[in-house]
Amino acid sequence: MHSRAMAIVPALCGLVLLAADGTKPPVVTSPSEHLEVPPPPFSDGIFPCSNCHAGMPADRHRRELTAMHTDIALKHDETHRWCLDCHDADNRDVLHLASGEPVKFDESYRLCGQCHGEKYRDWRAGVHGRRTGNWNGAKTYLLCVNCHNPHQPRFHALAPKPAPRPPNRNMK
Amino acid sequence: MVSRRLFTQSAAGAAAGMILTACGPKRLYEAPKDQLKARIAEMERKYKEELGKDIAVSGAGPIPGVHFAYALDISRCIGCRRCVYACVAENNQSRDPQIHWIRVFEMEKEKGVDFSHADPYYNPAEVPEEGHFYIPVGCQQCENPPCTKVCPTGATWAEKDGIVVIDYDWCIGCRYCMAACPYGARHFNWTQPTIPENEINPNTHYLGNRPRPKGVVEKCTFCIQRARNGRYPACVEVCPVGARKFGNILDADSEIRYIIEHKRVLVLKEELNTLPKFFYFYAT
Repeated sequence: MHSRAMAIVPALCGLVLLAADGTKPPVVTSPSEHLEVPPPPFSDGIFPCSNCHAGMPADRHRRELTAMHTDIALKHDETHRWCLDCHDADNRDVLHLASGEPVKFDESYRLCGQCHGEKYRDWRAGVHGRRTGNWNGAKTYLLCVNCHNPHQPRFHALAPKPAPRPPNRNMK
Repeated sequence: MVSRRLFTQSAAGAAAGMILTACGPKRLYEAPKDQLKARIAEMERKYKEELGKDIAVSGAGPIPGVHFAYALDISRCIGCRRCVYACVAENNQSRDPQIHWIRVFEMEKEKGVDFSHADPYYNPAEVPEEGHFYIPVGCQQCENPPCTKVCPTGATWAEKDGIVVIDYDWCIGCRYCMAACPYGARHFNWTQPTIPENEINPNTHYLGNRPRPKGVVEKCTFCIQRARNGRYPACVEVCPVGARKFGNILDADSEIRYIIEHKRVLVLKEELNTLPKFFYFYAT
């Protein structure tokens, strides 16, 4: 199942972006079945992006951001990529695939799946990532970004819960 | 033609059977439905009296066509022990003395899966620790369980959906099953278990997480009170890395089947032929 090869050379997106410049493809939902997912974990008040970006000209040149979003440190193949490889410059409230096809934030797994095809397949099968709900019925998936910060996807270390008490060898 | 020996054997068997049915409470798993209902009502009444709290005891039986299995991704587990404490809360384990149905072992990557070098008492500021991996161990829900065979009272057995259960009313606390279990999965209530009143989980099953008395053995039941209700066990839902997977092994589309068919899978102490339904796997 879901064995379509999803790996697409990321370098292509630049080309596609240039070609798609000016024409806005319609936002389509994925052809697959509806998946029950929680909302993406936006920082407070940051979405919709068009609140600020509407009317701002898009600067498509790769650069360090200094005026805004300085809290975002990209540690996700940053030598090869920057913001507009995933975020859409024409419609700020969506992401886009390598093909230029816009993808809503709550379907961002399609974007992640372009490079991480194996993980994407496992996630669709319910093997990668946490599921809650019913083993024989409705399940809630988590979006990739609910566990992995898309800008720094490495899973962070956690403090462990207390160790078990060793057996008491001096019982009365 | 009935031989003399066969006749004596069957006569003795019939007599023993009659004695067993005649005395004491009938084992609930072979009791007629109405008897089970009455016993459960009695249990709920007693809990109300002792704990001053409404405890719902379910008598839900196995779902036909369902055989439960579990899988745990060793390449994901970070040893955070969230599962241990979610299990304690869900299944009303004693806080003092402390009973944990899940024990997480820390192992060195260099030594591989090796329980002789495993440490359950690791306590760093953050996990995972460099060069280490983690294996949580609970009841393996064996298809060929050594523990049930040694029970002198028939107080523990495998249900039709594969869950190995204990009837606390029939357990006499001899602990033979604990000696027989090769996984250290069974735990004994040496004293009256204690649980803070506001932490008691009132949604229970009579073969699972209902409050236990002193002197009985207990263990993981795949959260029988949740599983037979269609829900994932508590440990599956709490795992922050999604390493824990649960489902019906007879369903070809289940997560469990996908894992067994596509991933590298192992069981603990395979050589003992216990046939665990708890699989460990490597997703990557």
